[in-house]
Amino acid sequence: MLAQQLVNGLVVGSIYALFALGFTLMFGVLGVINLTYGFYLSIGAFLALFATQHGVSIWLALPFAALACGAIAVVVDGLLLTPLRRAKAPELASLMVTLGATLLLYSLANAALSTDIRRFPPSVIDGSAIDLLGVRVTLTQCLIVGSAGALVAALLWLMNGSRLGMGLRALAERPDTAALMGVNAGALVRLVSMISGGLAGACGVLIGLNYNAIQPYMGEVMMLKGFAVIILGGLGDIRGALVAGLIIGLLETLTAGYVASSVKDAVGFALLVLTLWIRPSGLFGRIAVKRA
Amino acid sequence: MSAPRLEIDALTVRFGGLAAVDDVSFAVASGTVHGLIGPNGAGKTTMFNLISGLVPPSAGAIRLDGERIDALPSWGRARRGLARTFQNIRMFQDMSALETVMTGMHSRLDESLPAALLRMGGFRKAENEALAKAWELLAFVGLADAAHRRSGDLPYGDQRRLEIARALALEPRLLLLDEPAAGMNPSETLALEALLEKLKAQGLTILLVEHDMHFVMRLCDEITVLNFGRKISEGAPHMVRADPVVVEAYLGAKVARSLEAPQ
Amino acid sequence: MPEFIDDFLFTYQTLVYSLGINGLLALSMYVVLALGQLSLGQAAFMGMGAYVSALLTVKIGAPFLLVLLAAMLVPALAALIVGAPTLRLSGVYLALATIGLGEVQRIFFLNSELTGGALGLSGIPMKGGLVSIYGSLGLALVAFIFVARSKIGRAMEAMREDELAAGALGVDLPAYKLAALVVSAMLAGLAGALNAHVTSFISPEDYGFHAAVSILSYALLGGIGSPFAPVLGAFILTLLPEVLRSLADFRGVVNGAIIVLVVIFMPRGLMTWRMGRIGASTRRPS
Repeated sequence: MLAQQLVNGLVVGSIYALFALGFTLMFGVLGVINLTYGFYLSIGAFLALFATQHGVSIWLALPFAALACGAIAVVVDGLLLTPLRRAKAPELASLMVTLGATLLLYSLANAALSTDIRRFPPSVIDGSAIDLLGVRVTLTQCLIVGSAGALVAALLWLMNGSRLGMGLRALAERPDTAALMGVNAGALVRLVSMISGGLAGACGVLIGLNYNAIQPYMGEVMMLKGFAVIILGGLGDIRGALVAGLIIGLLETLTAGYVASSVKDAVGFALLVLTLWIRPSGLFGRIAVKRA
Repeated sequence: MSAPRLEIDALTVRFGGLAAVDDVSFAVASGTVHGLIGPNGAGKTTMFNLISGLVPPSAGAIRLDGERIDALPSWGRARRGLARTFQNIRMFQDMSALETVMTGMHSRLDESLPAALLRMGGFRKAENEALAKAWELLAFVGLADAAHRRSGDLPYGDQRRLEIARALALEPRLLLLDEPAAGMNPSETLALEALLEKLKAQGLTILLVEHDMHFVMRLCDEITVLNFGRKISEGAPHMVRADPVVVEAYLGAKVARSLEAPQ
Repeated sequence: MPEFIDDFLFTYQTLVYSLGINGLLALSMYVVLALGQLSLGQAAFMGMGAYVSALLTVKIGAPFLLVLLAAMLVPALAALIVGAPTLRLSGVYLALATIGLGEVQRIFFLNSELTGGALGLSGIPMKGGLVSIYGSLGLALVAFIFVARSKIGRAMEAMREDELAAGALGVDLPAYKLAALVVSAMLAGLAGALNAHVTSFISPEDYGFHAAVSILSYALLGGIGSPFAPVLGAFILTLLPEVLRSLADFRGVVNGAIIVLVVIFMPRGLMTWRMGRIGASTRRPS
């Protein structure tokens, strides 16, 4: 029972970690809390759903949804945040803009897609399972953890092992210095939006597969977990986001298993408030928290 | 002998591994104008931020009239009579000049929330007195005619003087001026100098960072020189000017700049 | 009362009530925005006030004034727990922490038997009315005007313009932020309680993300140059769907679009007039 819970928790946690990674990347490099991020998750799930309904394999639908969401994220950032960046508006202004955009986008999606819960075609969800010492692991779960792991590895390599990553980190430290160093800030901003939006879209597909339930507001629920993950992990801290994602996924699953499934969605928020009280700089505490 | 107005005692601050201010000690005597100079990147503004509470020190102590203030937040230090201006002026753009100066009186003004809500007699009195004083201060810095103008619309030199008036409204024991003459034209600089001479004559203690050497040499009683975060010299203006270590530091910086400069 | 006023009130009663209640909510948003903070917990605080007051009235039959007081104190306490640790951090933390509050509260309301679960609470007696709603709104407005024209109002504006400079002038930043957040939570709680006692029915879904963002849109549309501006914003956005019936189904789209457009194109809102901050005649003494 416990081992099974741990495996299920790990699967959920890997999605949370992936989701928070894109969110924290946006904040770390672009310096913006972009609340539309959760919306890309919903759209990713729907795009994969429509694609698979038309007979496209999930292996194609996943990258397609990710790319499309990345493109949407680039457009949204260009329309809403670039003007504010140019005007050097305070950080809360960009937060408010994305908040308004989130309500706008969800309301539109709601009107267009309805709030009914939809499911993938039966052929997509592979119910067959491997038995590992009494623990049931479905092939879908393997697919989820495998894709999440591959995406995380790719991103870590990009940030730490490539020239591009150096440019991104320079941009994160000092946008003006990065420009002096010949880093094309505009192109990097679009690239980060693309990557983050893509990650959110991919997460949408994975979370849709995990619960086999898709509806427009799924991104909003994830967003709240995303806040908990990035605050527990430390705002802008990539390693922290990964660990915190796994922790919250595990704790939620355990809470659902041993306490009550209705309170599992409160776990993240409880951890968020606890983190703020005890250790506002997050798990690893490396990130300097801006003080008043 | 009584304690100096400001005493910096073995103050150090590290950012990452780098010591931006490294074991610096000096004292500002009451009623004097003290200059803090040094080439770019010497740690002058960091020192100001340490003194005014915007950056926490890694080690060392700061005393105001003998009382340690280094653990206090910036507003706690302001309440104890420490006022400052900023290198790149920090104006409350939308406020009128008059309101800006009155904001400077925040910690001196006795207005409780209930008094403000009920518009009690004491509140009216406090507000009227503050207003009268604000007019005086604006006249003192030569901005009485601009009292009702939006602070953000004032010309650069006027904003600098308004910022000084705002700091004076705090009735400071010590005034920190961060490059007050920066960006001013010669006539504005002269007017500023006259203003600071008036303050000095009133016995106000001033610590200032300034790049205009003539300005510093004419105005200051005592000068402390920083380079790469360390104190390299200290003394009366004519002594500091003649100190070979100081000359070398400035020359070194100049040579380095000319080497870096594009041909 | 003349008959036509009676008729008018009978037809438009709900609308008249919600104008006043949304005005109060806009003011609760204004308090935090006025010093440069962003709280997204207004809907949650409102829900707390609504549920606490409804339970006290329905289950215990407590006197209305006492009920209103409790509806203000409980959200104030929640604001302290969630807000206090964020006050020394960047403003982003308060925004994120308060967004989460509404969601957790919704889960609690949905699952608690005491609060009637998804069905919510019904049969709340109509104890509120024009006097209590517009009386509260009027009192709050007058209080905000007086506070704006004092050293507190100057300190608040100074914080919004430049927190660092305000701190260097002696403004106790965390104390001001906390006080503003608590007052904001109390006002939202009051609005929630009044609303519960004029609509007779409340449910968990009324206080979610949509409501939170709508409240922000009131204040942003009006502006924060004076306390009148956010109330004006609330009035416009409450009336708009009534006047343009076709918009009623797209409230979310409209409120969201308004936030986006206002922040980018007119950050001062509709009412750009800025109220003075001095509590006396500013004429130069001769």
